[in-house]
Amino acid sequence: MVDPFIASLTVFVLAVFVGYHVVWNVTPALHTPLMAVTNAISGIIIVGAMLQVVDINGSEITLTSVLGTIGIFLASINIFGGFMVTQRMLDMFKKKKK
Amino acid sequence: MANISAVLYLVAAVLFILALKGLSSPVTALRGNKFGIIGMVIAVVTTFMIMDKPVLGLIAAAIVAGAVIGGWKARTVEMTGMPELVAAMHSLVGLSAVLIAVAAIFHSGVEHTGVQKVELFIGAFIGAITFTASVIAYGKLSGRFGSKAVSFNGQHLLNLVLALAMVGFGIAYFVTDSHAAFLAMVAIALVLGVTLIIPIGGADMPVVVSMLNSYSGWAAAGIGFTLNNPVLIIAGACVGSSGAILSYIMCKAMNRSIVSVLLGGFGAESGGAGPAGDTGPKNYKSGSAEDAAFLMSNADSVVIVPGYGLAVSRAQHALQEFAELLHEKGVTVRYAIHPVAGRMPGHMNVLLAEAEVPYEQVLEMEEINSDFNNTDVVLVIGANDVVNPAAQKDKASPIYGMPILEAHKARTVIVVKRSMSVGYAGLDNELFYMDKTMMVFGDAKKVVEDLVKGVVH
Repeated sequence: MVDPFIASLTVFVLAVFVGYHVVWNVTPALHTPLMAVTNAISGIIIVGAMLQVVDINGSEITLTSVLGTIGIFLASINIFGGFMVTQRMLDMFKKKKK
Repeated sequence: MANISAVLYLVAAVLFILALKGLSSPVTALRGNKFGIIGMVIAVVTTFMIMDKPVLGLIAAAIVAGAVIGGWKARTVEMTGMPELVAAMHSLVGLSAVLIAVAAIFHSGVEHTGVQKVELFIGAFIGAITFTASVIAYGKLSGRFGSKAVSFNGQHLLNLVLALAMVGFGIAYFVTDSHAAFLAMVAIALVLGVTLIIPIGGADMPVVVSMLNSYSGWAAAGIGFTLNNPVLIIAGACVGSSGAILSYIMCKAMNRSIVSVLLGGFGAESGGAGPAGDTGPKNYKSGSAEDAAFLMSNADSVVIVPGYGLAVSRAQHALQEFAELLHEKGVTVRYAIHPVAGRMPGHMNVLLAEAEVPYEQVLEMEEINSDFNNTDVVLVIGANDVVNPAAQKDKASPIYGMPILEAHKARTVIVVKRSMSVGYAGLDNELFYMDKTMMVFGDAKKVVEDLVKGVVH
Protein backbone atom coordinates (compact mmCIF):
# COMPACT_ATOMS: atom_id res chain seq x y z
CA MET A 1 0.00 0.00 0.00
CA VAL A 2 1.30 3.41 -0.98
CA ASP A 3 1.81 5.86 1.84
CA PRO A 4 -1.15 8.34 1.84
CA PHE A 5 1.35 11.19 1.75
CA ILE A 6 2.79 9.94 -1.55
CA ALA A 7 -0.72 9.56 -2.97
CA SER A 8 -1.54 13.14 -1.90
CA LEU A 9 1.73 14.40 -3.32
CA THR A 10 0.95 12.77 -6.68
CA VAL A 11 -2.44 14.46 -6.79
CA PHE A 12 -0.91 17.77 -5.72
CA VAL A 13 1.83 17.86 -8.34
CA LEU A 14 -0.54 16.90 -11.14
CA ALA A 15 -3.06 19.50 -9.98
CA VAL A 16 -0.38 22.21 -10.05
CA PHE A 17 0.31 21.35 -13.68
CA VAL A 18 -3.38 21.32 -14.57
CA GLY A 19 -3.90 24.66 -12.82
CA TYR A 20 -0.88 26.14 -14.57
CA HIS A 21 -2.11 25.24 -18.04
CA VAL A 22 -5.74 26.13 -17.44
CA VAL A 23 -4.91 29.54 -15.97
CA TRP A 24 -2.56 30.54 -18.80
CA ASN A 25 -5.56 30.19 -21.09
CA VAL A 26 -7.62 32.65 -19.10
CA THR A 27 -8.07 35.85 -21.09
CA PRO A 28 -6.36 38.83 -19.38
CA ALA A 29 -9.63 40.76 -19.53
CA LEU A 30 -11.06 38.29 -17.01
CA HIS A 31 -8.18 38.26 -14.53
CA THR A 32 -10.19 40.06 -11.85
CA PRO A 33 -13.10 37.58 -12.07
CA LEU A 34 -10.45 34.83 -12.03
CA MET A 35 -9.20 36.10 -8.70
CA ALA A 36 -12.70 36.35 -7.32
CA VAL A 37 -13.58 32.84 -8.39
CA THR A 38 -10.34 31.43 -6.99
CA ASN A 39 -11.30 33.12 -3.74
CA ALA A 40 -14.55 31.19 -3.83
CA ILE A 41 -12.79 27.96 -4.74
CA SER A 42 -10.29 28.30 -1.92
CA GLY A 43 -13.38 28.39 0.27
CA ILE A 44 -13.21 24.60 -0.27
CA ILE A 45 -11.24 24.76 2.96
CA ILE A 46 -14.74 24.58 4.48
CA VAL A 47 -14.42 20.80 4.06
CA GLY A 48 -11.45 20.77 6.43
CA ALA A 49 -13.32 22.95 8.91
CA MET A 50 -16.46 20.78 8.78
CA LEU A 51 -14.47 17.66 9.63
CA GLN A 52 -13.53 19.29 12.95
CA VAL A 53 -17.13 19.97 13.99
CA VAL A 54 -17.98 16.51 15.30
CA ASP A 55 -19.10 15.02 18.55
CA ILE A 56 -15.89 14.09 20.38
CA ASN A 57 -16.33 11.54 23.21
CA GLY A 58 -19.92 12.62 23.80
CA SER A 59 -19.37 16.37 23.90
CA GLU A 60 -20.46 18.59 21.05
CA ILE A 61 -18.87 21.81 22.26
CA THR A 62 -15.11 21.40 22.38
CA LEU A 63 -12.25 23.72 21.48
CA THR A 64 -11.92 21.74 18.26
CA SER A 65 -15.57 22.05 17.25
CA VAL A 66 -15.72 25.76 18.10
CA LEU A 67 -12.59 26.56 16.07
CA GLY A 68 -13.99 24.43 13.26
CA THR A 69 -17.28 26.34 13.36
CA ILE A 70 -15.48 29.67 13.04
CA GLY A 71 -13.54 28.18 10.13
CA ILE A 72 -16.79 27.17 8.41
CA PHE A 73 -18.17 30.68 8.92
CA LEU A 74 -15.10 32.33 7.36
CA ALA A 75 -14.94 29.88 4.46
CA SER A 76 -18.66 30.39 3.74
CA ILE A 77 -18.11 34.14 3.41
CA ASN A 78 -15.56 33.34 0.72
CA ILE A 79 -17.72 30.79 -1.04
CA PHE A 80 -20.87 32.89 -1.21
CA GLY A 81 -19.09 36.22 -1.61
CA GLY A 82 -16.67 34.87 -4.21
CA PHE A 83 -19.14 33.11 -6.48
CA MET A 84 -21.70 35.92 -6.25
CA VAL A 85 -19.30 38.75 -6.99
CA THR A 86 -17.83 36.74 -9.89
CA GLN A 87 -21.33 36.30 -11.25
CA ARG A 88 -21.93 40.04 -10.90
CA MET A 89 -18.78 40.90 -12.81
CA LEU A 90 -19.36 38.36 -15.55
CA ASP A 91 -22.87 39.73 -16.06
CA MET A 92 -21.29 43.11 -16.78
CA PHE A 93 -19.13 41.55 -19.48
CA LYS A 94 -22.14 39.88 -21.03
CA LYS A 95 -24.56 42.78 -20.79
CA LYS A 96 -22.80 45.02 -23.24
CA LYS A 97 -23.32 42.61 -26.11
CA LYS A 98 -26.37 44.59 -27.15
CA MET B 1 -19.04 4.53 1.11
CA ALA B 2 -15.44 5.69 1.07
CA ASN B 3 -15.26 4.95 -2.64
CA ILE B 4 -18.46 6.83 -3.42
CA SER B 5 -17.26 9.88 -1.53
CA ALA B 6 -13.87 9.74 -3.26
CA VAL B 7 -15.58 9.70 -6.65
CA LEU B 8 -17.83 12.61 -5.67
CA TYR B 9 -14.80 14.62 -4.49
CA LEU B 10 -13.19 13.90 -7.85
CA VAL B 11 -16.30 15.22 -9.63
CA ALA B 12 -16.16 18.37 -7.50
CA ALA B 13 -12.47 18.87 -8.32
CA VAL B 14 -13.13 18.49 -12.05
CA LEU B 15 -15.95 21.05 -11.81
CA PHE B 16 -13.56 23.53 -10.15
CA ILE B 17 -11.09 23.07 -12.99
CA LEU B 18 -13.91 23.64 -15.50
CA ALA B 19 -14.82 26.83 -13.62
CA LEU B 20 -11.32 28.15 -14.25
CA LYS B 21 -11.29 26.88 -17.81
CA GLY B 22 -14.54 28.75 -18.54
CA LEU B 23 -12.76 32.05 -17.95
CA SER B 24 -10.88 31.70 -21.24
CA SER B 25 -13.74 33.70 -22.79
CA PRO B 26 -16.60 35.84 -21.45
CA VAL B 27 -19.02 33.62 -23.37
CA THR B 28 -18.16 30.48 -21.41
CA ALA B 29 -17.30 32.20 -18.13
CA LEU B 30 -20.81 32.31 -16.72
CA ARG B 31 -21.30 28.61 -17.31
CA GLY B 32 -17.91 28.01 -15.68
CA ASN B 33 -19.00 29.90 -12.59
CA LYS B 34 -22.06 27.64 -12.33
CA PHE B 35 -19.82 24.59 -12.56
CA GLY B 36 -17.82 26.00 -9.66
CA ILE B 37 -20.94 26.45 -7.55
CA ILE B 38 -22.14 22.90 -8.30
CA GLY B 39 -18.69 21.58 -7.43
CA MET B 40 -18.77 23.34 -4.08
CA VAL B 41 -22.24 21.98 -3.27
CA ILE B 42 -21.13 18.43 -4.14
CA ALA B 43 -17.99 18.78 -1.98
CA VAL B 44 -19.95 20.03 1.04
CA VAL B 45 -22.69 17.40 0.74
CA THR B 46 -20.11 14.64 0.32
CA THR B 47 -18.34 15.81 3.45
CA PHE B 48 -21.61 15.53 5.39
CA MET B 49 -21.93 11.97 4.14
CA ILE B 50 -18.52 10.87 5.42
CA MET B 51 -18.66 12.70 8.75
CA ASP B 52 -19.01 10.67 11.90
CA LYS B 53 -21.49 12.34 14.27
CA PRO B 54 -21.43 15.89 12.85
CA VAL B 55 -22.78 18.71 15.01
CA LEU B 56 -25.37 19.83 12.47
CA GLY B 57 -26.62 22.89 14.36
CA LEU B 58 -23.21 24.52 14.55
CA ILE B 59 -22.34 23.74 10.94
CA ALA B 60 -25.63 25.02 9.54
CA ALA B 61 -25.54 28.20 11.62
CA ALA B 62 -21.97 28.97 10.49
CA ILE B 63 -22.81 28.42 6.83
CA VAL B 64 -25.92 30.61 7.00
CA ALA B 65 -24.07 33.41 8.79
CA GLY B 66 -21.25 33.26 6.22
CA ALA B 67 -23.75 33.27 3.36
CA VAL B 68 -25.47 36.39 4.70
CA ILE B 69 -22.24 38.35 5.09
CA GLY B 70 -20.63 37.09 1.88
CA GLY B 71 -23.76 37.69 -0.14
CA TRP B 72 -24.17 41.18 1.23
CA LYS B 73 -20.55 42.08 0.44
CA ALA B 74 -20.81 40.64 -3.07
CA ARG B 75 -23.89 42.71 -3.86
CA THR B 76 -22.70 46.00 -2.39
CA VAL B 77 -18.99 46.17 -3.23
CA GLU B 78 -17.98 48.91 -5.67
CA MET B 79 -15.92 47.70 -8.61
CA THR B 80 -13.16 50.11 -7.63
CA GLY B 81 -13.14 48.30 -4.27
CA MET B 82 -12.50 44.84 -5.73
CA PRO B 83 -8.80 44.74 -4.73
CA GLU B 84 -9.73 45.33 -1.08
CA LEU B 85 -12.47 42.71 -1.18
CA VAL B 86 -10.15 40.16 -2.72
CA ALA B 87 -7.44 40.90 -0.15
CA ALA B 88 -9.99 40.54 2.65
CA MET B 89 -11.11 37.19 1.28
CA HIS B 90 -7.52 35.93 1.14
CA SER B 91 -7.18 36.76 4.81
CA LEU B 92 -10.27 34.67 5.60
CA VAL B 93 -8.84 31.60 3.87
CA GLY B 94 -5.58 32.09 5.77
CA LEU B 95 -7.35 32.41 9.10
CA SER B 96 -9.51 29.35 8.46
CA ALA B 97 -6.42 27.32 7.65
CA VAL B 98 -4.88 28.36 10.97
CA LEU B 99 -8.06 27.57 12.91
CA ILE B 100 -8.39 24.16 11.27
CA ALA B 101 -4.78 23.28 12.04
CA VAL B 102 -5.14 24.35 15.68
CA ALA B 103 -8.47 22.52 15.93
CA ALA B 104 -6.80 19.38 14.60
CA ILE B 105 -3.96 19.70 17.11
CA PHE B 106 -6.44 19.88 20.00
CA HIS B 107 -8.62 17.12 18.57
CA SER B 108 -8.42 14.66 21.46
CA GLY B 109 -8.22 11.02 20.54
CA VAL B 110 -6.52 11.67 17.19
CA GLU B 111 -2.88 10.69 17.02
CA HIS B 112 -0.91 12.54 14.35
CA THR B 113 1.86 10.74 12.54
CA GLY B 114 5.20 12.40 11.85
CA VAL B 115 4.24 13.28 8.28
CA GLN B 116 0.91 14.73 9.42
CA LYS B 117 2.67 16.91 11.96
CA VAL B 118 4.86 18.38 9.24
CA GLU B 119 1.77 18.94 7.08
CA LEU B 120 -0.06 20.65 9.94
CA PHE B 121 2.97 22.85 10.51
CA ILE B 122 3.11 23.86 6.85
CA GLY B 123 -0.64 24.45 6.53
CA ALA B 124 -0.71 26.54 9.71
CA PHE B 125 2.26 28.75 8.98
CA ILE B 126 1.28 29.49 5.37
CA GLY B 127 -2.24 30.21 6.60
CA ALA B 128 -1.00 32.51 9.35
CA ILE B 129 1.29 34.48 7.03
CA THR B 130 -1.52 34.75 4.45
CA PHE B 131 -3.89 36.00 7.14
CA THR B 132 -1.90 38.89 8.58
CA ALA B 133 -0.23 39.81 5.27
CA SER B 134 -3.66 40.06 3.63
CA VAL B 135 -4.98 42.18 6.48
CA ILE B 136 -2.08 44.61 5.95
CA ALA B 137 -2.60 44.53 2.16
CA TYR B 138 -6.30 45.24 2.72
CA GLY B 139 -5.38 48.18 4.97
CA LYS B 140 -2.96 49.60 2.42
CA LEU B 141 -5.41 49.19 -0.48
CA SER B 142 -8.33 50.75 1.36
CA GLY B 143 -6.17 53.62 2.55
CA ARG B 144 -6.66 52.74 6.22
CA PHE B 145 -2.94 52.17 6.93
CA GLY B 146 -1.40 54.48 4.33
CA SER B 147 0.18 52.89 1.28
CA LYS B 148 3.75 53.99 1.99
CA ALA B 149 6.43 51.35 2.24
CA VAL B 150 7.73 51.00 5.79
CA SER B 151 11.39 50.13 5.97
CA PHE B 152 13.96 50.18 8.72
CA ASN B 153 17.46 48.90 9.30
CA GLY B 154 17.80 45.21 9.95
CA GLN B 155 14.41 44.49 8.45
CA HIS B 156 15.58 41.48 6.48
CA LEU B 157 17.60 40.21 9.43
CA LEU B 158 14.50 40.45 11.63
CA ASN B 159 12.51 38.44 9.09
CA LEU B 160 15.23 35.81 8.97
CA VAL B 161 15.35 35.53 12.75
CA LEU B 162 11.56 35.23 12.91
CA ALA B 163 11.53 32.57 10.21
CA LEU B 164 14.22 30.56 12.01
CA ALA B 165 12.37 30.86 15.33
CA MET B 166 9.19 29.71 13.62
CA VAL B 167 10.90 26.63 12.20
CA GLY B 168 12.53 26.05 15.59
CA PHE B 169 9.17 25.92 17.37
CA GLY B 170 7.90 23.72 14.57
CA ILE B 171 10.68 21.23 15.26
CA ALA B 172 9.98 21.47 18.98
CA TYR B 173 6.37 20.58 18.30
CA PHE B 174 7.42 17.70 16.07
CA VAL B 175 9.68 16.22 18.74
CA THR B 176 7.70 16.91 21.94
CA ASP B 177 4.11 17.09 20.66
CA SER B 178 3.79 20.26 22.74
CA HIS B 179 0.68 22.31 21.94
CA ALA B 180 2.40 25.39 23.31
CA ALA B 181 5.22 25.04 20.77
CA PHE B 182 2.69 24.79 17.96
CA LEU B 183 0.86 27.90 19.13
CA ALA B 184 4.16 29.79 19.48
CA MET B 185 4.97 28.79 15.91
CA VAL B 186 1.61 30.14 14.73
CA ALA B 187 2.10 33.38 16.66
CA ILE B 188 5.49 33.97 15.06
CA ALA B 189 4.05 33.24 11.61
CA LEU B 190 1.35 35.85 12.26
CA VAL B 191 4.02 38.45 13.07
CA LEU B 192 6.05 37.39 10.04
CA GLY B 193 3.05 38.06 7.79
CA VAL B 194 3.12 41.69 8.97
CA THR B 195 6.86 42.24 8.77
CA LEU B 196 7.06 40.68 5.30
CA ILE B 197 4.41 42.97 3.82
CA ILE B 198 5.04 46.39 5.39
CA PRO B 199 8.13 47.20 3.26
CA ILE B 200 6.10 46.82 0.05
CA GLY B 201 4.73 50.08 -1.34
CA GLY B 202 1.32 50.87 -2.78
CA ALA B 203 2.49 50.72 -6.40
CA ASP B 204 3.43 47.08 -6.01
CA MET B 205 0.07 46.08 -4.54
CA PRO B 206 -1.14 44.34 -7.75
CA VAL B 207 1.74 41.90 -7.33
CA VAL B 208 1.12 41.45 -3.62
CA VAL B 209 -2.59 40.77 -4.07
CA SER B 210 -1.80 38.15 -6.72
CA MET B 211 0.85 36.60 -4.51
CA LEU B 212 -1.49 36.35 -1.53
CA ASN B 213 -4.03 34.78 -3.86
CA SER B 214 -1.41 32.12 -4.49
CA TYR B 215 -0.60 31.71 -0.78
CA SER B 216 -4.26 31.23 0.10
CA GLY B 217 -4.35 28.35 -2.37
CA TRP B 218 -1.22 26.74 -0.94
CA ALA B 219 -2.68 27.08 2.57
CA ALA B 220 -5.81 25.20 1.46
CA ALA B 221 -3.67 22.53 -0.20
CA GLY B 222 -1.58 22.22 2.98
CA ILE B 223 -4.71 21.51 5.02
CA GLY B 224 -5.73 19.02 2.33
CA PHE B 225 -2.49 17.11 2.90
CA THR B 226 -3.15 16.94 6.63
CA LEU B 227 -6.64 15.57 6.10
CA ASN B 228 -5.65 13.47 3.06
CA ASN B 229 -8.47 15.14 1.25
CA PRO B 230 -7.96 15.20 -2.55
CA VAL B 231 -10.53 17.90 -3.37
CA LEU B 232 -8.80 20.31 -1.00
CA ILE B 233 -5.43 19.46 -2.51
CA ILE B 234 -6.59 19.85 -6.12
CA ALA B 235 -8.54 23.07 -5.54
CA GLY B 236 -5.73 24.52 -3.43
CA ALA B 237 -3.08 23.63 -6.01
CA CYS B 238 -5.09 25.21 -8.85
CA VAL B 239 -5.64 28.41 -6.88
CA GLY B 240 -1.98 28.42 -5.86
CA SER B 241 -0.71 28.18 -9.42
CA SER B 242 -3.29 30.70 -10.60
CA GLY B 243 -2.03 33.30 -8.13
CA ALA B 244 1.56 32.52 -9.04
CA ILE B 245 0.87 33.09 -12.74
CA LEU B 246 -0.90 36.39 -12.03
CA SER B 247 2.04 37.53 -9.88
CA TYR B 248 4.40 36.69 -12.73
CA ILE B 249 2.27 38.59 -15.27
CA MET B 250 2.08 41.65 -13.01
CA CYS B 251 5.83 41.62 -12.36
CA LYS B 252 6.56 41.40 -16.06
CA ALA B 253 4.18 44.25 -16.83
CA MET B 254 5.98 46.47 -14.31
CA ASN B 255 9.42 45.21 -15.26
CA ARG B 256 10.05 44.21 -11.66
CA SER B 257 11.47 40.96 -10.41
CA ILE B 258 9.42 39.18 -7.77
CA VAL B 259 12.44 39.31 -5.47
CA SER B 260 12.74 43.09 -5.67
CA VAL B 261 9.02 43.48 -5.02
CA LEU B 262 9.24 41.27 -1.94
CA LEU B 263 12.29 43.02 -0.60
CA GLY B 264 10.27 46.19 -0.97
CA GLY B 265 10.90 49.90 -1.20
CA PHE B 266 9.49 50.78 -4.62
CA GLY B 267 10.99 53.98 -5.92
CA ALA B 268 13.95 53.73 -3.57
CA GLU B 269 16.34 53.01 -6.43
CA SER B 270 14.93 55.72 -8.69
CA GLY B 271 15.81 58.65 -6.46
CA GLY B 272 17.29 61.41 -8.58
CA ALA B 273 17.99 59.22 -11.59
CA GLY B 274 15.09 60.29 -13.80
CA PRO B 275 13.94 63.86 -13.81
CA ALA B 276 17.34 65.28 -12.87
CA GLY B 277 18.68 64.25 -16.31
CA ASP B 278 17.63 67.31 -18.24
CA THR B 279 17.00 70.65 -16.71
CA GLY B 280 15.43 73.83 -17.93
CA PRO B 281 11.84 74.46 -18.94
CA LYS B 282 10.36 72.35 -21.69
CA ASN B 283 7.59 73.43 -23.97
CA TYR B 284 4.28 71.74 -24.20
CA LYS B 285 1.07 72.61 -25.97
CA SER B 286 -2.17 72.75 -24.11
CA GLY B 287 -5.67 72.99 -25.46
CA SER B 288 -9.27 72.95 -24.37
CA ALA B 289 -11.59 69.97 -24.22
CA GLU B 290 -13.47 71.52 -27.15
CA ASP B 291 -10.33 71.47 -29.32
CA ALA B 292 -9.78 67.86 -28.33
CA ALA B 293 -13.37 66.92 -29.16
CA PHE B 294 -13.04 68.60 -32.54
CA LEU B 295 -9.84 66.72 -33.33
CA MET B 296 -11.36 63.38 -32.41
CA SER B 297 -14.67 63.94 -34.21
CA ASN B 298 -12.74 64.46 -37.41
CA ALA B 299 -10.44 61.49 -36.98
CA ASP B 300 -10.87 58.08 -38.59
CA SER B 301 -9.55 56.13 -35.64
CA VAL B 302 -9.20 56.94 -31.95
CA VAL B 303 -7.57 54.79 -29.27
CA ILE B 304 -8.35 55.58 -25.65
CA VAL B 305 -5.71 54.73 -23.04
CA PRO B 306 -7.41 54.74 -19.64
CA GLY B 307 -5.46 54.74 -16.38
CA TYR B 308 -6.56 54.37 -12.81
CA GLY B 309 -7.04 58.15 -12.56
CA LEU B 310 -10.08 57.68 -14.78
CA ALA B 311 -11.68 55.29 -12.30
CA VAL B 312 -10.77 57.49 -9.35
CA SER B 313 -12.74 60.39 -10.79
CA ARG B 314 -15.55 57.99 -11.90
CA ALA B 315 -15.42 59.17 -15.47
CA GLN B 316 -15.86 55.77 -17.17
CA HIS B 317 -19.56 56.21 -17.94
CA ALA B 318 -19.09 59.68 -19.40
CA LEU B 319 -16.15 58.38 -21.41
CA GLN B 320 -18.24 55.61 -22.90
CA GLU B 321 -20.92 58.16 -23.78
CA PHE B 322 -18.24 60.15 -25.59
CA ALA B 323 -16.97 57.04 -27.37
CA GLU B 324 -20.49 56.25 -28.57
CA LEU B 325 -20.92 59.77 -29.94
CA LEU B 326 -17.69 59.39 -31.88
CA HIS B 327 -18.83 56.02 -33.09
CA GLU B 328 -22.01 57.58 -34.47
CA LYS B 329 -19.84 59.98 -36.44
CA GLY B 330 -18.11 57.03 -38.05
CA VAL B 331 -14.94 57.13 -35.93
CA THR B 332 -13.42 53.79 -34.97
CA VAL B 333 -12.97 53.89 -31.19
CA ARG B 334 -11.02 51.31 -29.21
CA TYR B 335 -9.60 51.09 -25.72
CA ALA B 336 -6.02 50.01 -24.99
CA ILE B 337 -5.38 48.40 -21.62
CA HIS B 338 -1.99 48.09 -19.98
CA PRO B 339 -1.81 45.09 -17.61
CA VAL B 340 -1.20 47.38 -14.65
CA ALA B 341 -3.79 50.00 -15.61
CA GLY B 342 -5.86 49.17 -12.54
CA ARG B 343 -4.94 48.11 -9.04
CA MET B 344 -5.21 44.39 -9.61
CA PRO B 345 -4.90 42.13 -12.66
CA GLY B 346 -7.74 42.81 -15.10
CA HIS B 347 -9.17 45.59 -12.91
CA MET B 348 -9.52 48.17 -15.69
CA ASN B 349 -11.39 45.66 -17.87
CA VAL B 350 -13.99 45.21 -15.14
CA LEU B 351 -14.29 48.96 -14.61
CA LEU B 352 -14.90 49.47 -18.34
CA ALA B 353 -17.30 46.53 -18.49
CA GLU B 354 -19.25 48.17 -15.69
CA ALA B 355 -19.53 51.29 -17.85
CA GLU B 356 -20.93 49.04 -20.60
CA VAL B 357 -17.96 49.35 -22.91
CA PRO B 358 -18.31 46.48 -25.42
CA TYR B 359 -15.81 43.69 -24.80
CA GLU B 360 -14.65 43.70 -28.44
CA GLN B 361 -13.52 47.33 -28.22
CA VAL B 362 -11.18 46.67 -25.32
CA LEU B 363 -7.76 45.46 -26.44
CA GLU B 364 -4.76 44.25 -24.49
CA MET B 365 -1.33 45.79 -24.92
CA GLU B 366 0.02 43.12 -27.30
CA GLU B 367 -3.07 43.30 -29.49
CA ILE B 368 -3.08 47.07 -29.97
CA ASN B 369 0.57 48.12 -29.94
CA SER B 370 1.17 47.46 -33.64
CA ASP B 371 -1.88 49.60 -34.49
CA PHE B 372 -0.73 52.88 -32.95
CA ASN B 373 1.19 53.69 -36.18
CA ASN B 374 -2.10 53.86 -38.06
CA THR B 375 -4.07 55.64 -35.37
CA ASP B 376 -5.12 59.26 -35.85
CA VAL B 377 -5.65 60.25 -32.24
CA VAL B 378 -4.71 58.64 -28.94
CA LEU B 379 -6.55 59.91 -25.90
CA VAL B 380 -4.61 59.25 -22.69
CA ILE B 381 -6.70 59.70 -19.54
CA GLY B 382 -5.33 59.29 -16.04
CA ALA B 383 -2.33 57.26 -17.23
CA ASN B 384 1.30 58.30 -17.26
CA ASP B 385 4.09 55.78 -16.75
CA VAL B 386 2.44 53.14 -18.97
CA VAL B 387 2.80 55.46 -22.00
CA ASN B 388 6.26 56.83 -21.15
CA PRO B 389 8.57 56.29 -24.15
CA ALA B 390 11.57 56.46 -21.79
CA ALA B 391 10.81 52.83 -20.96
CA GLN B 392 11.93 51.96 -24.49
CA LYS B 393 14.62 54.57 -25.17
CA ASP B 394 16.28 55.79 -22.02
CA LYS B 395 18.57 53.17 -20.51
CA ALA B 396 19.07 55.36 -17.43
CA SER B 397 15.36 55.48 -16.67
CA PRO B 398 14.17 53.41 -13.71
CA ILE B 399 11.31 52.11 -15.82
CA TYR B 400 13.59 51.17 -18.73
CA GLY B 401 12.44 47.80 -20.09
CA MET B 402 8.90 48.08 -18.81
CA PRO B 403 6.47 47.22 -21.62
CA ILE B 404 4.44 50.29 -22.60
CA LEU B 405 1.53 51.24 -24.80
CA GLU B 406 3.19 52.92 -27.78
CA ALA B 407 0.92 55.94 -27.79
CA HIS B 408 3.78 58.14 -29.03
CA LYS B 409 3.57 56.43 -32.44
CA ALA B 410 0.11 57.80 -33.20
CA ARG B 411 -0.35 60.87 -35.39
CA THR B 412 -1.79 62.99 -32.59
CA VAL B 413 -1.76 62.45 -28.85
CA ILE B 414 -4.17 64.09 -26.42
CA VAL B 415 -3.31 63.76 -22.74
CA VAL B 416 -5.87 64.55 -20.06
CA LYS B 417 -4.13 65.28 -16.79
CA ARG B 418 -4.63 67.33 -13.68
CA SER B 419 -1.30 69.15 -14.05
CA MET B 420 2.23 68.56 -15.32
CA SER B 421 3.13 66.63 -12.15
CA VAL B 422 4.95 63.32 -12.40
CA GLY B 423 3.47 59.81 -12.12
CA TYR B 424 3.80 56.97 -9.62
CA ALA B 425 7.45 56.35 -10.49
CA GLY B 426 8.27 60.05 -10.06
CA LEU B 427 9.33 60.42 -13.68
CA ASP B 428 8.79 63.09 -16.27
CA ASN B 429 7.24 61.89 -19.51
CA GLU B 430 8.62 63.12 -22.84
CA LEU B 431 5.35 62.18 -24.49
CA PHE B 432 3.90 65.35 -23.00
CA TYR B 433 6.44 67.54 -24.80
CA MET B 434 6.18 66.07 -28.29
CA ASP B 435 5.06 68.33 -31.13
CA LYS B 436 2.06 66.17 -31.81
CA THR B 437 0.87 66.13 -28.22
CA MET B 438 -1.84 68.35 -26.83
CA MET B 439 -2.34 68.53 -23.06
CA VAL B 440 -5.83 69.07 -21.69
CA PHE B 441 -5.65 70.00 -18.03
CA GLY B 442 -8.38 69.32 -15.52
CA ASP B 443 -10.21 66.66 -13.57
CA ALA B 444 -10.79 63.63 -15.78
CA LYS B 445 -14.54 63.59 -15.25
CA LYS B 446 -14.96 67.30 -15.95
CA VAL B 447 -12.84 67.07 -19.10
CA VAL B 448 -14.71 64.03 -20.40
CA GLU B 449 -18.06 65.74 -19.82
CA ASP B 450 -16.75 68.72 -21.78
CA LEU B 451 -15.63 66.36 -24.54
CA VAL B 452 -19.16 65.03 -24.78
CA LYS B 453 -20.53 68.56 -25.12
CA GLY B 454 -17.81 69.35 -27.67
CA VAL B 455 -19.00 66.58 -29.98
CA VAL B 456 -22.66 67.47 -29.72
CA HIS B 457 -21.95 71.01 -31.01
